Amino acid sequence: MKKAEEIFQLLKDNFPASNLELKTDQPTEAIIIASPLEIDKICLFLHDASELLFDDLMNLSGVDEPKAGLLTVYYHLGSTKIKHKITLKVSTDRNKPEVSTVTEVWKSADWHEREAYDLLGIIFLNHPDLRRILMPYDWDAGYPLRKDYENPEFYQGMKVPY
Amino acid sequence: MAIKTEEMVLNMGPQHPSTHGVLRLELALEGEIITNVIPHIGYLHRCFEKHCEAMTYPQIVPYTDRMDYLAPMGNEFGYAIAMEKLLGIQVPERVEYIRVIMAELQRISSHLVALGTYGADIGAFTPFLYCFIDREKVLNLFEITCGARLLYNYIWIGGLSHDLHPDFIRKTREFIKEFRPNLKEINDLLSHNRIFIDRTANVGILPIDTAINYGVSGPNLRGSGFKWDIRKDDPYSIYSKFDFDIPVGEGKYGTVGDSWDRYYVRVLEMEESCKIIEQALDQLPEGDVQSAIPKRIKPVVGNVYARVENPRGDLGYFIMSDGSTSPYRVKVRAPSFVTMQVLNELCKGYMVADVVTILGSIDIVLGEIDR
Amino acid sequence: MGFLDKEFTDGNIVIAKAEDLFNWARLSSLWQVSFGLACCAIEMMATSASHYDFDRFGVIPRPSPRHADFIIISGTVTLKMATRIKRLYEQMPDPKYIISMGSCANCGGPYWEHGYHVLKGIDRVIPVDVYVPGCPPRPEALLEGLLKLQEKIRHESMIKKTA
Repeated sequence: MKKAEEIFQLLKDNFPASNLELKTDQPTEAIIIASPLEIDKICLFLHDASELLFDDLMNLSGVDEPKAGLLTVYYHLGSTKIKHKITLKVSTDRNKPEVSTVTEVWKSADWHEREAYDLLGIIFLNHPDLRRILMPYDWDAGYPLRKDYENPEFYQGMKVPY
Repeated sequence: MAIKTEEMVLNMGPQHPSTHGVLRLELALEGEIITNVIPHIGYLHRCFEKHCEAMTYPQIVPYTDRMDYLAPMGNEFGYAIAMEKLLGIQVPERVEYIRVIMAELQRISSHLVALGTYGADIGAFTPFLYCFIDREKVLNLFEITCGARLLYNYIWIGGLSHDLHPDFIRKTREFIKEFRPNLKEINDLLSHNRIFIDRTANVGILPIDTAINYGVSGPNLRGSGFKWDIRKDDPYSIYSKFDFDIPVGEGKYGTVGDSWDRYYVRVLEMEESCKIIEQALDQLPEGDVQSAIPKRIKPVVGNVYARVENPRGDLGYFIMSDGSTSPYRVKVRAPSFVTMQVLNELCKGYMVADVVTILGSIDIVLGEIDR
Repeated sequence: MGFLDKEFTDGNIVIAKAEDLFNWARLSSLWQVSFGLACCAIEMMATSASHYDFDRFGVIPRPSPRHADFIIISGTVTLKMATRIKRLYEQMPDPKYIISMGSCANCGGPYWEHGYHVLKGIDRVIPVDVYVPGCPPRPEALLEGLLKLQEKIRHESMIKKTA
């Protein structure tokens, strides 16, 4: 079982060029911050390295932070063999959100990323099938989970507000 | 001489007697053999995450009930555990024991629905009625505790809404005494029935590596032979005090990881839940169930991820707080949402009638998938 | 019921109005489209199970809307699903009835305020006959809703067109 600091050290040794940070001041767990376009290589390393073996993508969620002008994605990884956990975080610009996909590493990321695209508008590069999943396919009123989202008045003839 | 065939697309629409809710499956067929299955979801998207950003922390508990409406106690349990981790509250021991009893009773009732509707999909209608009779007894137990049959709002952050009714312990012990022979009856009716075995064995085989890569968890992963249970591998609450087994699929009538294994793991899990409930009732301490409930919930800035073992798999809550009385972001990692993705892999090469079998064996609930 | 009061002495002949006869036949054997959306569907299934039996009122679940008399909209109706429900309703042959079960189908339910994808009440799309309140309604409440529907059918008229 490895602690967050040891995992961070392993990552820094193997990816010296990318800017990684470790944040431990907030409750409840330590977060490793990475850059959005290199997250797929980092995740591939975390999945394959023999002392880490993170084979379980527990959760992938997008968060809207309008005050900082960012859209962030949090990855919670776990290992079924070694039983340790780690959290990763990437942030992109709110006006042009682009993050590399991790579907090559874990196939369960497929629908999680589609949901982040559908509700928040984060574009995942090289995703096999990026389209809306929960909202109707012809929904053109924006991305509902953003903080500045406004409800449309009508949708296909039905009144939307109460 | 080979017959020239064309690919046909068949729609198993949102209204269908066997899709366990509003799910649309687009089947690409070559004759009667399936080449591709594309699920379309979102017909029950009820904007749970947007509601969480507008409500205060205690007000979210009834909404978490309504996501996986067959196991609401499990949903509330997960939310309470996540919030108590963020706030740093330690609940009294009596609360922990009662929560475990409720969660295990809920597991029994959820598996009864799963088995009953699975039998009804395959064509056996009688087990459905038998399962629902036992389920009514469990719902009676819940009703005398908190007043509701289906959606409870019982497990609050820091405690419970009501203490146990004075008759609860006696009635639960009676229920378990009556349930064990009923379980044997369901087994004789359905599990070892020749027709049921012919329809479910060797259908929809899920290998372990595929399952872990796709994020499958719960009885579906255990049916493939991998012993993974959050109650033992990443323990929460007081599960480490109880003595119970983790049943896994062994391929008794077919290959390991087929639909029969996934179904039978659920039957065995109900027996294990009975064991846990009996041990918890024997060890139940006294105490006040509402002493640790905070008057006003305003956590520090931070985030937490916690997961529990729901009857359908690992349910995870990711809660981000910004210091105010409502959360900044709540994301629910629903087990059925993640398990739906593996349906395409499971159905390739089988016939149309097997889609119903496979879909019933992975036991999805659309309220959880669409949230 | 009133039919058997009008028997003649040899017991084989009953005289009644055609309207009463048709209404009685319709309300005694209402077949429903098996259509469940969300949590209320589980209560509907529990109502058709053996504890609170639906079959003793003549109600059988039919998979196809073309064979059915009435539909119970049980559960939250979302915008994506509302167009399909309208199509289902149009496929049912006359005379047809609709029971709206649960708060979500009546008025949007607990999701009325911030639900951007929830239709606030199925009566924005199709005409409803009976509303059953509750979240979810108990099986006894659903049975009372069914009895109210039967009451409504009993007083229907062949000449005046309804719905």
